[in-house]
Amino acid sequence: MTKKNGFKDTISHLFIGNAVPIMFIILIAIAIPLSGFSTRYLIEEMVTRLGRDSFLVLSLLIPIMAGMGLNFGIVLGAMAGQIGIILVTNWGVSGVGGLFLAMAVATPLAILLGWIAGIVLNHAKGREMVTSMILGFFINGVYQLVVLYFMGKIIPISNSALVLSRGYGIRNAIDLKGMRQSLDRLIPLKIGGIAVPVATFIFIALLCVFIWWFAKTKLGHDMRAVGQDMSVSENAGIKVERTRIIAIILSTVLACYGQIIFLQNIGTLNTYNSHDQTATFAIAALLIGGATVAKASIPNVFVGVILFHLMFVVAPKAGKQLMGSAMIGEYFRVFVSYGIIAVSIVLYAWKRSNEKERSRRSLRGEQEIPKTD
Amino acid sequence: MRSIRRFIDTAGWPRIIIGLLLLSLFIAAPSVGVRVDQSITDTIVRFGMNGILVLGMIPMVQTGCGLNFGLPLGIIAGLLGATISIEIGLTGIAGFLGAIALAIPFAVLLGWGYGKLLNRVKGDEMMIATYVGFSSVSFMCMMWMLLPYHSPKMIWGYGGSGLRTTISLDGFWPHILDNFWAIRIGRNFMIPTGMILFFALMALIMWAFFHTKTGTAMTAVGSNPDYARAAGINVDKMRTISVIMSTVYGAIGILVYQQSFGFIQLYNGPFYMALPAVAAILIGGASVNKANITNAVIGTFLFQGILTMTPSVINNAIQSDLSEVVRIIVSDGMIVYALTRATRKSR
Amino acid sequence: MTEQQPVLQMQDITKEYFGNRVLTNVCLDVNRGEILGLVGENGAGKSTLMNILFGMSIIAETGGYTGKVCIDGKEVVFQNPFDALRAGIGMVHQEFSLIPGFTATENILLNGEVLHDNIVAKLFGPRLKTLDLPEMRSIAEKSIELLGVEINPDTLVAEMPVGHKQFTELAREIHRPEMKLLVLDEPTAVLTESEAQVLLTSLRRLAATGISIIFITHRLQEIFDVCDRIVILRDGQVVKEAATRDTDIVQVAELMVGRSMSAKSVATRAYDEKTETVISIDHLWVDMPGETVRDVTLEVHKGEIFGIGGLAGQGKLGIPNGVMGLYPAGGSVTVHGKPIPLNDPAAALAAGMAFVSEDRRGVGLLLEEALDLNIASTAMQSQNKFIRPLLGGLLKWRDDKAIQDVAREYIEALDIKCTGTSQRVEELSGGNQQKICLAKAFALQPDVLFVSEPTRGIDVGAKARVLEALRTYNRKNGTTIIMISSELEELRSICDRIAIVDEGRIAGILPPSATAKEFGLLMIGKLKGEGSEVNSYA
Repeated sequence: MTKKNGFKDTISHLFIGNAVPIMFIILIAIAIPLSGFSTRYLIEEMVTRLGRDSFLVLSLLIPIMAGMGLNFGIVLGAMAGQIGIILVTNWGVSGVGGLFLAMAVATPLAILLGWIAGIVLNHAKGREMVTSMILGFFINGVYQLVVLYFMGKIIPISNSALVLSRGYGIRNAIDLKGMRQSLDRLIPLKIGGIAVPVATFIFIALLCVFIWWFAKTKLGHDMRAVGQDMSVSENAGIKVERTRIIAIILSTVLACYGQIIFLQNIGTLNTYNSHDQTATFAIAALLIGGATVAKASIPNVFVGVILFHLMFVVAPKAGKQLMGSAMIGEYFRVFVSYGIIAVSIVLYAWKRSNEKERSRRSLRGEQEIPKTD
Repeated sequence: MRSIRRFIDTAGWPRIIIGLLLLSLFIAAPSVGVRVDQSITDTIVRFGMNGILVLGMIPMVQTGCGLNFGLPLGIIAGLLGATISIEIGLTGIAGFLGAIALAIPFAVLLGWGYGKLLNRVKGDEMMIATYVGFSSVSFMCMMWMLLPYHSPKMIWGYGGSGLRTTISLDGFWPHILDNFWAIRIGRNFMIPTGMILFFALMALIMWAFFHTKTGTAMTAVGSNPDYARAAGINVDKMRTISVIMSTVYGAIGILVYQQSFGFIQLYNGPFYMALPAVAAILIGGASVNKANITNAVIGTFLFQGILTMTPSVINNAIQSDLSEVVRIIVSDGMIVYALTRATRKSR
Repeated sequence: MTEQQPVLQMQDITKEYFGNRVLTNVCLDVNRGEILGLVGENGAGKSTLMNILFGMSIIAETGGYTGKVCIDGKEVVFQNPFDALRAGIGMVHQEFSLIPGFTATENILLNGEVLHDNIVAKLFGPRLKTLDLPEMRSIAEKSIELLGVEINPDTLVAEMPVGHKQFTELAREIHRPEMKLLVLDEPTAVLTESEAQVLLTSLRRLAATGISIIFITHRLQEIFDVCDRIVILRDGQVVKEAATRDTDIVQVAELMVGRSMSAKSVATRAYDEKTETVISIDHLWVDMPGETVRDVTLEVHKGEIFGIGGLAGQGKLGIPNGVMGLYPAGGSVTVHGKPIPLNDPAAALAAGMAFVSEDRRGVGLLLEEALDLNIASTAMQSQNKFIRPLLGGLLKWRDDKAIQDVAREYIEALDIKCTGTSQRVEELSGGNQQKICLAKAFALQPDVLFVSEPTRGIDVGAKARVLEALRTYNRKNGTTIIMISSELEELRSICDRIAIVDEGRIAGILPPSATAKEFGLLMIGKLKGEGSEVNSYA
């Protein structure tokens, strides 16, 4: 093979390997001029949204490492985080202190939910994704029961601004006045007039370092082993089920923190809807960043968050320019979120069945099978 | 003692709890001032509305494609049938039958493609089905705006483009089955004879289908695909047929639902419609790889019974509306339970 | 060498499975640095013996064993394979147990990684220690070097050739300093001849360092190439133990299959080679995992009961599975002179062939369905039997009454113990399930019937009845039966001719009256060159 050929090869490999992000870059490159947004506006939006969403998307990485696929169960963590925020708001603790207190309060709850999810998923090996998704719906029902009926009745809520007029249950929207952007603005910095949420970025960076370090620990190594072959790992003496439960607990706890960071940026908690799309959007972002069901890295997270949110911001206006209706753009971005997940899991399932076939072949002995006729 | 334990084992805790819940709701109903006849009427009507959607679960479960979380695909076909029927101005029984006739080709086509897709991803059907459903619903959201519909009954009035989110069936075919031979006793009791008969017809067709050679082959495919292959059955073809059937039943099921409801819900309407149907058949005793018509009938009855009884009974008892929460916990809890229990012994 | 304390002593090991004795007073010693060859037919008790040694849970679950296992003279009872591993006993399996996405290093030290301590680990537990990759790499390198092969420790297992995987697995066992006894179960089965030679050389190097090896293989030549001593198991007993130099392949083969080869066993009629050929198989290859068929040519005559035997993994099971279209196959098969398309089960059934699979629960039955449906389904789908055409044939209605009738007929004919035609098959015993499989095949009224391992896993009484049913069916209907079995005795009791398969090829065809020695030699593939004499019978 000549050198030129090899170069061509690597280039085409690069394109095939990153087909999804490249496709989105092209799509967005067409849509941005159509939308007419200024570069400055888009940069500002992206900085905000990177701070807002990256932590949540990062929480997906560990279960992928452990071979449990896309963890649709991060909504469990999101709900734990919201309960933490409700309680802290009720106690009237505000500012960054309130934020950290909310995290502290929510952590045991997230661990509990993650542990439950881990046990459930161990009973549903091979269909973790669909089970974690439905489990999210189910826990959402329990969450509503607690927040809408128990809070104010069984769980005392003293702050009347939180409670519905009927005397119990939490209001639909809670204004997080005290906490709003308390982390984002903790270390104020403006670059060219654009506010940079420095403290949030430090938080995210710490998490990245943690994940990078975690992959090098015995536990992280075991997760990779379990993710690839459970029975081989079991035979080697690795506690497979326990390892999987730990992976889900970690993911749930991180998602809980992620949701709290998300909400402090938004500044309002929609008690019954804020967590609805948490998993879908986080997963779609990760996949757009070039991750697959079985493989995801830290760069995938950031590329994904930027591309996904660029599309998110740009689509309605581009839709209006193109089709004369902003709704089309909004529907389009929802369609892309679901569509990208659908395509990714189809490709993954496809690849897996092909690989199964190939590994079966490799055990069939030598290649000297005579091909008569 | 042992037989009780065995009963609990085979039925499973969730089903027993649901059964007891419904029973206690009926017992409690009179004491909190809920009219039982009204509740029974509601239960029957809701049974008729949802029954065919639940029946549609059977073929795919039977061929081992799992629970049809992709039901929205069938619903989309039904919606296309309904809207086209209105667009060309069909009314009354012709409108309803026309909608069915128009919906079936779409359902067959979509089901065929969907079946081909599921054949390539064996083992991951349910997750993929879910997202095929979600993405096709969101795709249709765009289409409802773009497709060239003109009927003033359906498009946005004030110069906007595209179809409305909710389209009234008034003047077309509202309650066309409900009112057919309906039996009314007093003000509060009504049996929607036509709708029940239509459900019976669809159940009969399903029953008959599973008594044909093809239906038997499908059962064999679901029970043991390797046996089926060794018996010379084309496994992929049987799976595709089952997916098409499920999709067609979804399309017809939503039309029956709409005529009783009186409205067509477009856009995000079909998003989560698969979950109640899936939950119903599981409550009726089906598993991820075994289901029959009895499961569908019993399950729909129990599930819809709970959905009608909880709001009325609990609201009257504690003055708050728990129904939505109960619906979520019952249906999704049942599905999670079934997913964790599904193991195939022969593998 | 015999002066010192043996590394492993197994004394008077006896094991019963539910009253069925599978090991009787087995004694086995392995000395330091010795390579011991362990041979025996399938079911001779090799794997049970190894399961006992490694403390596999199946042994305790089925009532334990009697006898003593001693390591370095001290009695041990292992609760699980990890106990055995800690005591320095390792095993390399036939199937690879490697993580494909890990490097050779990571696999060799799987769950035995070298770890660095850190502050987090002190707080939250040892699983948060970090890996010391350079140290791990050097251990892996040393281990690979010991084997005398060249494998880059950074190669991913998924990208390795088969041979390297086997060596990686071997390296994993020997990297532990405490390793003193290694059990290898058919390690050369997946290797090419040259790879196998390298492996044998490695074993010698290992033995020279003082590691003892138990080498299980059916390739007797390899035993003679590499082993110091040989132990032959038959029917759960040690029939011979000798230094390799004191015996020879022919003797070992004969002892291995010898069993009770009494004269009375041959009671079948004389084979008449003039009858017409019903099925002829020409240069068949079948891609069935673990049972690859490479090149098989056969002719079977009308009304014959033709046996196919051979050791496990040699390809005898691949033949019927390939002909019936269940696994990718090539070559040509003709029935009554008409060529049959391969890879198409429907076509094979349409040609009048039927198959009773060795995988009863996996392929043979619809476990969750009623037994009448099990019996009738195949005939219904492939031959449109038990169908009532409605609406002028537009609707093919299942004739439940006809199905029940045929089920009742076979329940009676085969003496199937059940509560009725609607009982679910999973509730039946193994023997009765096997009869359902036979009934299913009989219901097709085939010209050629393949029966694969018909008596595997069923009790003695049921065995006799199944064989009797086959013989009766053959006599009554003149059906050609091709029976594949691991039990030579069974084949000899019923077949007119017996082919022995070795390494995916027919090693030879013998009359049932041939001697144990003749069968034994064909099984171990010894007489390939000189096979013309025995082959002449075909």
